[in-house]
Amino acid sequence: MKLIIKNGRILDPAAGRDETADLYVDHGVISAPFQPDQDTKIIDAAGRLVTPGLIDMHVHLREPGFEYKETIATGTAAAARGGFTGVACMPNTEPVTDNRVAVEYINKRAAEAGLAHVYPIGAITRGSLGKELAELADMREAGAAAFSDDGRPVPDAGLMRRAMQYCGMLDAVIISHCEDKSLAGDGVMHEGAYATTLGLKGIPASAEEAMVARDIILAAETKCPLHIAHVSTAGSVSLVREAKKRGVRVTAEATPHHFTLTDRAVGDFDTNAKVNPPLRGEADVQAIREGLADGAIDVIATDHAPHSFDEKNVEFDLAPFGLVGLETAVGLVWTELVHTGVLTPLQAVQKLSLNPARILGVTGGALAVGAPADITVIDPLLEETVNPAAFAGKSKNTPFTGRRLKGLPVLTVVAGEIKYERQNSGVRSQ
Amino acid sequence: MYKHKDLLGIRVLSAEEISFLLDTAVPMKEIIKRQIKKVPTLRGKTVVTLFYENSTRTRGSFELAAKYLSADSINVSGASSSVTKGESLYDTGRTLQSLGADVIVLRHPMPGAPRLLARSVQAAVINAGDGAHEHPTQALLDMFTVREKKGGLAGLRVAIVGDILHSRVARSNIWGFTKMGAEVRVCGPATLLPAGLEETGARVFHQMDRALEGADVIIMLRIQKERQQQGLFPGLREYSRLYGLSSRRLSLAAGDALVMHPGPMNRGVEITADIADSNRAVIEEQVTNGVAVRMALLYLLTGGGAHFEANH
Repeated sequence: MKLIIKNGRILDPAAGRDETADLYVDHGVISAPFQPDQDTKIIDAAGRLVTPGLIDMHVHLREPGFEYKETIATGTAAAARGGFTGVACMPNTEPVTDNRVAVEYINKRAAEAGLAHVYPIGAITRGSLGKELAELADMREAGAAAFSDDGRPVPDAGLMRRAMQYCGMLDAVIISHCEDKSLAGDGVMHEGAYATTLGLKGIPASAEEAMVARDIILAAETKCPLHIAHVSTAGSVSLVREAKKRGVRVTAEATPHHFTLTDRAVGDFDTNAKVNPPLRGEADVQAIREGLADGAIDVIATDHAPHSFDEKNVEFDLAPFGLVGLETAVGLVWTELVHTGVLTPLQAVQKLSLNPARILGVTGGALAVGAPADITVIDPLLEETVNPAAFAGKSKNTPFTGRRLKGLPVLTVVAGEIKYERQNSGVRSQ
Repeated sequence: MYKHKDLLGIRVLSAEEISFLLDTAVPMKEIIKRQIKKVPTLRGKTVVTLFYENSTRTRGSFELAAKYLSADSINVSGASSSVTKGESLYDTGRTLQSLGADVIVLRHPMPGAPRLLARSVQAAVINAGDGAHEHPTQALLDMFTVREKKGGLAGLRVAIVGDILHSRVARSNIWGFTKMGAEVRVCGPATLLPAGLEETGARVFHQMDRALEGADVIIMLRIQKERQQQGLFPGLREYSRLYGLSSRRLSLAAGDALVMHPGPMNRGVEITADIADSNRAVIEEQVTNGVAVRMALLYLLTGGGAHFEANH
């Protein structure tokens, strides 16, 4: 199928391009202009943004092991509906993605679903138990895009150092969920006045920052590329910014919930606002926005973490951490960051496509002729109220229900094929 | 008037609502003092106490409050019910409702559990203590006791001393006394004071002598030995020296200061035996008043709208 996306505002961060033009797609790649024939689909994108396919480098697809929460098929359907053409999935499945066979299984299931590119992230240690290194090189050969023990960060600094030495050799990035469990304890939300009001145990900022500092020091020493997952505190933003100035190979991501919500969103024990790292204070939210604006934070990723209704319909202490993010991310980025002037549209697209592609070492983030035709079309003025019942993903655990969003994905193209097209979006196809 | 379906905490109440609850408890106390301690007011109503933590006085207090008002009551324990079979709080609540419960009194170790239950059932839910969140009936009985002794609450200086971090009693009393116009001081070691405590409106102290200066009411909290094993303070000996109520310390407070304790007491740790047994302590009256306050709540939450007349 051939495709012409006409009259859109092309945002190509790889080329620094921001102009109104037509985009041509032929045989799954972006092509030079051609004359349409009867096989050509023409889409009028006037007033819309035409961007490289968005990449969410931090999601949980739950398969294998937790298919009642999400599957690779439903998770990539959620990705497509959210404007993402690629996702990198964390290894905390059952069994853990800690060997070649597990990586190959994810690739196979993703190909069967055929809705978005899936980049498996391998575990750093066997079973993510923090005891011994997993077969990192073997997983890398099978297509692991990065390595992480995500929610079970490697507690032993010596082992983390060896993991970085080994990954440095493979030139594979280590993604670190920074949390010192001895400081976090059994906390369930941000430590502060609101946790005190609710009588819930707090997670101090130091639990994150102590490990950010540790891992930056180790990355500087080992020269391993390090990516800090879901930065949540002002102190972490400062540590990353300062390390970058010194030339350390460190990058960082922030989630829409951490640049939008504070600990007050926990409200009256709303378990959909229970997430790790926790929603922090107002000063932290502001620091993350500043970090996004000045480049200390490179990437916007969702940490999409589906959980079933029953798992969340329990006492706050018993509810699992996590919320779904794929289908609200673009709306939150535009509502909270672009329409407010924190980021230009081109900067936002860069943090949602080019930067994660570069960090993971995958293709993407470009709309040049010859590039894979992974394309997202965003209507920056289209509004909707978040309604979890409309989600394509299997789980509905979002704290954003009822929130008004402005700026929504309307078309998602993966390798030249339309995987999602919003109904009644006003984008006319012929 | 009290127009809520449930009583989940003091923080969400207004001063007027608190006053109304306390006023309603006055005639209830009169019933308890009678020779025949029973009125037919709640005949045909069912009260279930659902306790996931051990408690003798709070549970007994609710049960007697229900019986004095002629309600039927049953007790369900977290340990002896299907809870041990893994039933969720949601399902347990729905089951109790199907059995006909009009009021469910919930004690639970986790903050917010009563909110979850209240969302799940039409029955009225009374929070009988949820983790470190709130213990609203304790605060009501404390305020009732102080109001009875002092004639009012506004302008009083109330010192709460001990393990504030884990204390639902402290939180409910901070909200309650502050709303009623009293000055609340909290005092304890830095490791037993929660973050952002000053934002509750309480004044925060580490030195007990200073916290007690001119205090009209002293509420001592129980210190649990297991907090020492958690590394939160070095030991009972040092704790008692820094935060125990002695005669010398009591002399720093106002001459007619009341000494209160939600119980159970560690005699010789947070309070010396001679003070606990002195006429300054109103600890036993707190227990009696607890029944009156809980009768008032059961009455109001089962449809009693106006002031209760004891002689009807």
